[in-house]
Amino acid sequence: MIEIRNLAKRFGAQVVLDDVTLTVNEGETMALLGPSGTGKSVLLKHIIGLMRPDKGEVIVDGLNVARLKRKELAALRSTIGYVFQNGALFDSMDVHENIRLGLTNPEQYGDEEYVEARVQECLKIVNLAPEVARKMPADLSGGMRKRVGIARAIAGKPKYLLYDEPTSGLDPVNSDIIDTMVKRLDEELGVTSIMVTHDVRGAFRTADRIALLTSGKIVAIGTPEEFKESTVPEVRAFLERDFDNEPI
Amino acid sequence: MSSLVKRLQHKTGRSVLDALAAVGRFAALMVELGRGLTEWRVWIPRAFDEAWKVGMGSLFIVLLISSFAGGVTALQAGYQFTGSIPIYVVGSLVTESVVLELGPVLVGLILAGRIGAAYAAELGTMRVTEQIDALESLGRSPSSYLLVPRVVACLVMIPVLVVFADVVAVLAGWIAAKQALPITDQDFVYGARIFWRPFDASYSLIKAFFFAAAISLISCYRGYTTKQGAEGVGRSTTGAVVTASVLILLLDLVLAKLLLTS
Repeated sequence: MIEIRNLAKRFGAQVVLDDVTLTVNEGETMALLGPSGTGKSVLLKHIIGLMRPDKGEVIVDGLNVARLKRKELAALRSTIGYVFQNGALFDSMDVHENIRLGLTNPEQYGDEEYVEARVQECLKIVNLAPEVARKMPADLSGGMRKRVGIARAIAGKPKYLLYDEPTSGLDPVNSDIIDTMVKRLDEELGVTSIMVTHDVRGAFRTADRIALLTSGKIVAIGTPEEFKESTVPEVRAFLERDFDNEPI
Repeated sequence: MSSLVKRLQHKTGRSVLDALAAVGRFAALMVELGRGLTEWRVWIPRAFDEAWKVGMGSLFIVLLISSFAGGVTALQAGYQFTGSIPIYVVGSLVTESVVLELGPVLVGLILAGRIGAAYAAELGTMRVTEQIDALESLGRSPSSYLLVPRVVACLVMIPVLVVFADVVAVLAGWIAAKQALPITDQDFVYGARIFWRPFDASYSLIKAFFFAAAISLISCYRGYTTKQGAEGVGRSTTGAVVTASVLILLLDLVLAKLLLTS
C-alpha cells in the first residue's frame, strides 16, 4: 500500500504540492489526473525517493521513504517499477541491456540464460518483436520507446508500477495500445499502480480510482463512475478539457 | 542610492550563497564517489571501456600537438641561442621544457576540451533526459555506473598520454633541431642529459595526475548537476571546459611553487 500524508513541496517561491494526502490500496490502479505543471510527476518522484518532501511523508509498505537509509531505499526501489515520461532509456545501451538493467536481483542480473529469457518475455508482454532487443533507443519510435520503458520497469517483477505520462506525445492509436497494455499488465501481474496522466480517456479506461490534482492539491477522488458524476467544478472543467476557462 | 546599495548587497549575498551551494554540491559528489568506489564489480568493467575511449580516442590529437610543440620549441631555442650559447643547450631546453611544462599542460588543456566537454555533455544529457533518475529508480548507484569509471579512467590514462606526449615531443624536437640547426645527435643527447634529474619525470606525472583529477571531477560535477534542458547542457559543457582549463593553469603554478622551488 502507498500512503501519502500531508505532502508539501515547493521550488523557490512556487508551491508545487500543498498538503497532499492520498492512499493507493494493494492491487489498485490509481490514475492521477491534472493539467500540466501541477506537480503530478513530482508526486511520483517522492514515492520512489527521487525527491524529498519539505513537509509530510510518503509511506510505501509501511516504510517512510524519506527516512530510509541508502541500502533500504535501494531495496524498496527494487520493488517499484518506474515508467518515465520519455522512456529515459540509456541511449548508450541497446534495448536488451536497457531491459536487463531492470533486473534488480543481482543473481538474476548475472545469469545470462535468465536474462535472455526474461528480456524476451518482457518484450513479448509489451508487444514488441524479439529482434527489437538488439536495436539502440535512437532507432525506436516514440511508442516503442515507451513500451521498452515499460518492459524495463516490469523486468524485475515489481510490486508497484508508477507510470509518468505513459501516453503523452503519442497519437491516439498508440495511446490506446499503451492504455490497453497498462490495463492488461495491472490485471495479469497484479501490481499496485499509479498512472500520472492528463489523458482523461486513458484514465477512465485503465484506473480503478481517479484522483484530480490541481494547483498542488487533490480536489477530487473516486471511481471512474463517481468521477463522471462529480459536481466539483475543477472535475467538470477537466472533463470538458477546458481548464483555461471558467469552471462549468 | 540606498536602493542601489540594497540591490548590490542582495546580489553579493546571492552570489555567496550560490558559491556555498556549489561547494556543498561538489562535496556531496565527492562523498558519492567514495561510496561508488566500494561497488568495484560495477565500475571496474566500465572503467576499462572509458579508459579505452580516453586513451585511444585522444592518442592521435595528443601525439600530433605534442610533436608540433616539440619541433617548434627546438626551432625557437636554436633561433634564440645560436652563436652566444653552446648549441647542446637546445637539447636541454627541449627536454626540460617538454617534460616539465609543455607535455603535461598541453595534454591537460587538450583533454579539458575533448574529455571534459564530452563528459559534461554526456552526463548533462543523461540528467535532463531523466536517465540518471532512471538509474536511481532501478536501485542502482549513478556514482558507480557513471562517475567512478570516468574519474578512474582519466586518472589512469591521462598520465599515460602525458608520457607518450613527452616522448614524442622530445623526439620531434630532436628531429627538428637536426634538420634546422648545426647540432649533432651527441650534442642533443648531451644537452638533454646534462640538466636532467630523475625527479623531472615524476614531476611530469604528478602534474598529469592532478590535471586528470581536475578534468574528470569538474566535468563530472558540471554534467551531473545540469539543469534546464538543452540550454543547461550547453552551459555545463562550456563551464566544464573553462573551469577545468583555468584550474589546470592554477594547479600548474601551485605545483611548480610547491615542488620545484622548495
